[in-house]
Amino acid sequence: MSLVQAVGLEKSYRAGEVTVPAIRGADFTIEPASFVSFVGPSGSGKSTLLNMIGCLDRPSGGRLTVLDTDVATLDRRRAAAFRGNHIGFVFQDFNLVPVLSVYENVEYPLVMVQNWPAAQRRARVLELLEAVGMSDQAHKRPDQLSGGQKQRVAVARALVTRARLVLADEPTANLDHATAYRVIELMKQMRDDFGTTFLFSTHDPKIMEAAEVIYALEDGRIVPGGAQ
Amino acid sequence: MINVFKLATRNLLRYHRRTALTASLITLGIVAVLMFVALSGSFKALMIGQITDSMLGHLQIHRKGYVASIDNLPLNLLMKPGAVAKIEAQLQQMPQIAAASPRIKFSAMFSNFTETTGIRLNGVDPQREAATCPLLPGRVSDGSTANGLVEQGKLLIPDIIAKGMKVKVGDTVVLVATNQDGSVNGQSFVVQGVLESATGPGGRDAYLHIDDARSLLRLEDAALSEMAVRLHDPAQLPQVMQALGDTLGQMKNPQGQPALEIHDWKKLTPFTAIANMIDLLTLFIKVMLVAIVLISILNVMVMAVYERMREIGTLAAIGTPPRRILGLFVAEGLLLGLAGTVIGTLISLGAVGLLRAYPVYFDFGRQENLQLVPGLAAGDVLFIGALVTLIAVLASLQPAWKAARMDPITALRSV
Repeated sequence: MSLVQAVGLEKSYRAGEVTVPAIRGADFTIEPASFVSFVGPSGSGKSTLLNMIGCLDRPSGGRLTVLDTDVATLDRRRAAAFRGNHIGFVFQDFNLVPVLSVYENVEYPLVMVQNWPAAQRRARVLELLEAVGMSDQAHKRPDQLSGGQKQRVAVARALVTRARLVLADEPTANLDHATAYRVIELMKQMRDDFGTTFLFSTHDPKIMEAAEVIYALEDGRIVPGGAQ
Repeated sequence: MINVFKLATRNLLRYHRRTALTASLITLGIVAVLMFVALSGSFKALMIGQITDSMLGHLQIHRKGYVASIDNLPLNLLMKPGAVAKIEAQLQQMPQIAAASPRIKFSAMFSNFTETTGIRLNGVDPQREAATCPLLPGRVSDGSTANGLVEQGKLLIPDIIAKGMKVKVGDTVVLVATNQDGSVNGQSFVVQGVLESATGPGGRDAYLHIDDARSLLRLEDAALSEMAVRLHDPAQLPQVMQALGDTLGQMKNPQGQPALEIHDWKKLTPFTAIANMIDLLTLFIKVMLVAIVLISILNVMVMAVYERMREIGTLAAIGTPPRRILGLFVAEGLLLGLAGTVIGTLISLGAVGLLRAYPVYFDFGRQENLQLVPGLAAGDVLFIGALVTLIAVLASLQPAWKAARMDPITALRSV
């Protein structure tokens, strides 16, 4: 069964009197434990697509199901709960909470979103920090870390709730090439270790090569035959 | 382990200068209110104590219509002996009553044989008057009360008369009074003592023995102008007033109207207006405090929400329930309010302690060297603390609501 399925997916925005289409009739499926990249130039609709898959935005037309749930049927509260239970996020700017330590940043979703018991929570956080190679930095604050380290912490935070799907919008855009490649390799490793599906957007040709499935976007359309 | 309050505390410390400034503002407001409450409360209690304990008692009983004409000290509105006996019997039955003093009040001419002036007089039973107005003997600045507050054949005169008429203790003076039937009678008295003037009704009255008053006025029965009553606990005044109203109020005059009227001290002194003004000022200061807390917390929390929009977007995106985001910002407002409250209360308690250790003296009216003893009731401190905390929470609700309702995509895009 597909993890994500889009049929005739559309999204448009109103700018005053004008309706601007962002996604035009996209059809695609994403299988569990896959490593998928949406590629395309700026404004091609990558972020819009990821926002809809992440239940942050709702489609204007067509149908989008994530884990058998029709995204369009979720109200704000249920969408938040759905994200908290099933989806992890990795952001371009890392978006760690600056007043929390590395450990606490990874722990945050288990306390504030899922209410895990303390002992299990600690074990899970330590497991993830070990997995991303940040165990020895657990007490540090985000401003004491390099960009690559921050993104490792962000990956750990995205995976800590046992999310089935991790969405990463341009996760390497603020990293140098070597670090970016290491982050992508880490994500791939996590996919292998935990069976989590990773969807990331990029416009960097070298980074996109790491993906196993690539959807190319252009002006809101998935380019025919673009899935590789 | 992280929790909402830990996160809120760290977020407050993140902008430590702004947090310190806001907490200082709240602290200042708390200190201003609590010090005003402590000082004005002390002043009020002192003045009320002076008035009730040296002149009025806590309540007074008169014949109906007497208080309306009290400036004239009318002798045709005395309480009849039968009524006085019933009043005495009723007061003896009430355990809340500490003492009661029968009084005959009248005006007379006061002569030192060379000059004459008008004087207001209280004919009192020395023991019962001293028990009802325990501060009265302390007002005798010159002369002695060792043999009773006022002995028969003697007078306590106010210092204003003593100075004006150049009369001193031991001098013989003459009182000339108009009797109930309109005839005039005069008697000579020896000045036993001089009374310091006090602010309030009766503060410049002279005192003589009640038997002398009856003799001067040629009263042959036990008629009285008033019965002044002191309670063991002034807080019981409303219940005692109610009980006396229920019993003595049954006494009717020949016209079928209530024969007596009962007034508490508030109805008998113009200081009540000052006390009410103090209460009004206290309320005004509290409203100012509410405004200070409301504006400062609202301002800080609105700033916090605008500055942390991307962070809010991140928390929302990873699935933090809106109520948790709301709780996070409300917790920040609550902690800020609590910090200001705790620090402000501690400073106020310290300042009150200092003022008690090093008392402040002041003059009020003709009274000098009154000692201010500020105090804070636990109820006042708790009320102010609870009020500030509540306002802090209310002030942070709007920004917190805005944060909780924020669209994650819009928030994540903010710079």
